[in-house]
Amino acid sequence: MTVASGRDGFGQALVDLGAQNHRVVALTADLAESVRVHWFAEKYPERFFQIGIAEQDMIGTAAGLALTGLIPFATTFAVFAAHRANEQIRLACCYNRANVKIAVSHGGVTVGEDGATHQALEDIAAMRVLPEMTVLVPADAAEARLATIAAAELEGPVYLRLGRTPVPTVTDGTGDFTIGKAKVLRAGRDATVIACGVMVGVALEAADRLSREGISVGVVNMHTIKPLDVEAVVRAAEETGCVVTAEEHSVLGGLGSAVCEALAERAPVPVVRVGTRDTFGESGTPDELLRKYGLTCDAVEAAVKLAVAKKESLSAVHR
Amino acid sequence: MTVDMVEVARRIRRDVIQMIAASQSGHPGGALGAAEILSVLYFDKMNHNPKNPDWPARDRFVLSNGHICAALYSALARSGYFPVEELLTFRRLNSRLQGHPSRHDLPGIETAAGPLGQGLSIANGMALGLRLQNVDAKVYCLVGDGEIQEGQFWEAAMTSAHYRLNNLALILSWNGLQIDGAVADVKNMEPIAAKFQAFGWNVVEIDGHDIPQIQQAFEEFSRSHNQPTAIIARTVMGKGVSFMEDKALWHGKAPSRDEAARALQEIGPSSFGEDLDIQFA
Ligand SMILES: Cc1ncc(C[n+]2csc(CCOP(=O)(O)OP(=O)(O)O)c2C)c(N)n1
Ligand SMILES: [Mg+2]
Repeated sequence: MTVASGRDGFGQALVDLGAQNHRVVALTADLAESVRVHWFAEKYPERFFQIGIAEQDMIGTAAGLALTGLIPFATTFAVFAAHRANEQIRLACCYNRANVKIAVSHGGVTVGEDGATHQALEDIAAMRVLPEMTVLVPADAAEARLATIAAAELEGPVYLRLGRTPVPTVTDGTGDFTIGKAKVLRAGRDATVIACGVMVGVALEAADRLSREGISVGVVNMHTIKPLDVEAVVRAAEETGCVVTAEEHSVLGGLGSAVCEALAERAPVPVVRVGTRDTFGESGTPDELLRKYGLTCDAVEAAVKLAVAKKESLSAVHR
Repeated sequence: MTVDMVEVARRIRRDVIQMIAASQSGHPGGALGAAEILSVLYFDKMNHNPKNPDWPARDRFVLSNGHICAALYSALARSGYFPVEELLTFRRLNSRLQGHPSRHDLPGIETAAGPLGQGLSIANGMALGLRLQNVDAKVYCLVGDGEIQEGQFWEAAMTSAHYRLNNLALILSWNGLQIDGAVADVKNMEPIAAKFQAFGWNVVEIDGHDIPQIQQAFEEFSRSHNQPTAIIARTVMGKGVSFMEDKALWHGKAPSRDEAARALQEIGPSSFGEDLDIQFA
């Protein structure tokens, strides 16, 4: 199994896009290498715009570029785009319907040693509520590549959240990647884990382990948080009667919230959310942090068992 | 066809008063103060085509201080982007003339604006995009003097200079007032010309109500080789209506019917176009 980071997958895809489409341009705010946009910059210097440490200005500049027909990828860390430049994204990109792609690394606690200040755990929530915005959270480097290409093809603003830390590649990277269409990675009978980002790999591992205990768990890779594939969520609820969500993000406002909103209206079933619990992160190695903040295989297993138990107690009541 | 800029400016002022009085909401002060600048841009300087608003080679006007959009809507309608009668829907439910500009609603609007401090960044992006695509078009960006207290504005001012955007002109409406009073008291922005010079800009200072001076400033802009141009235009909030002139109160207050009638009286008739169909007297 290869190991690579989402940002690597993005950076390579962007270079390929640059060759195929002359309208693709890139910007950064003094984080070219960190977001892996330096490969594009070396290859296409005339289409690369270094804006310096000025994220709000970078977003506005990207919007202006888009309004002349270009396809700009604006790159920085998740915190500095989704939070620092939130209102610029809202006005210049979303309200304008500008074709800007906001590609960010450093989503989640796997940022590691830099600590809470740099670990975006609320960015999906902040981006998901903006009208016109599409939010993509690919599972690994291979999927980041597909997501980058799909983002360029979509007309309109996209938030593409990438991980900093290399993680095992769990998607095949070849199948079709359709924005808004979840991927069912595994079918199950007892529960479904709906996951995004690094938690997709963790969910697959948890499903493997649980199957040895005789619990049959489906896994859905929800790479698009918005527009949410509501049909896939409802199908999972109807087929397995309970759902677990797993994300490297707060349980407030992200994938877990989106799934709960859909299910509450369409197919209410027990849901257990795995994610950070209304807290900041801290310094540590990525693995230590995933353990401390409950973003592990063990945590997903426990959540599945809890969801199944809730489902059973509910059906006992109804009987 | 040559049009008399003085008459166009008078028409814009009449429209602004009629629109804001009709909707009983809006920002007359800054809008009245921008009448000459907008007249020269839309009826003399800018290369644009109201019948083909998305023409890729058009010059672009970015209104950053979106609250003064009544004047822009007037300039657009009087240029032929949409029917003049629509001006009276300003700020009403289901109107394309939103309280602050919406790009996707109205032809001729290059960007949404209202949240201050964002326009120059967007204008920079347009100037960079046009240059990259070898389009010989210019970008004009209008900002307020209170507005430039925003940090993003100065981030953008550095970007314009760093990329030597000689296809970009900034027009600063220097009326000395903002909502809470005088700019000098709220947070002093002087020395303003020196600031732009230090930031690497070509600076031109003019009277923003003197049409030949505005035209002259744009001539100087077109001669700038490797610098963006900042036109510091001294303007008067509420210009043309004595009881509004130089009063921060009129930043965002609608005139009553009586006040509107007096304002129209003072502005006087314009030979350019017809009055909107609403009476206040
Ligand atoms: C980011 C932001 N903060 C505050 C406001 C509220 N606001 C609207 S206009 C204005 C004053 C602007 O002053 P100036 O740029 O001098 O414009 P003028 O009053 O001269 O028209 C303020 C504070 C806003 N629109 N955007
Ligand atoms: Mg002012």
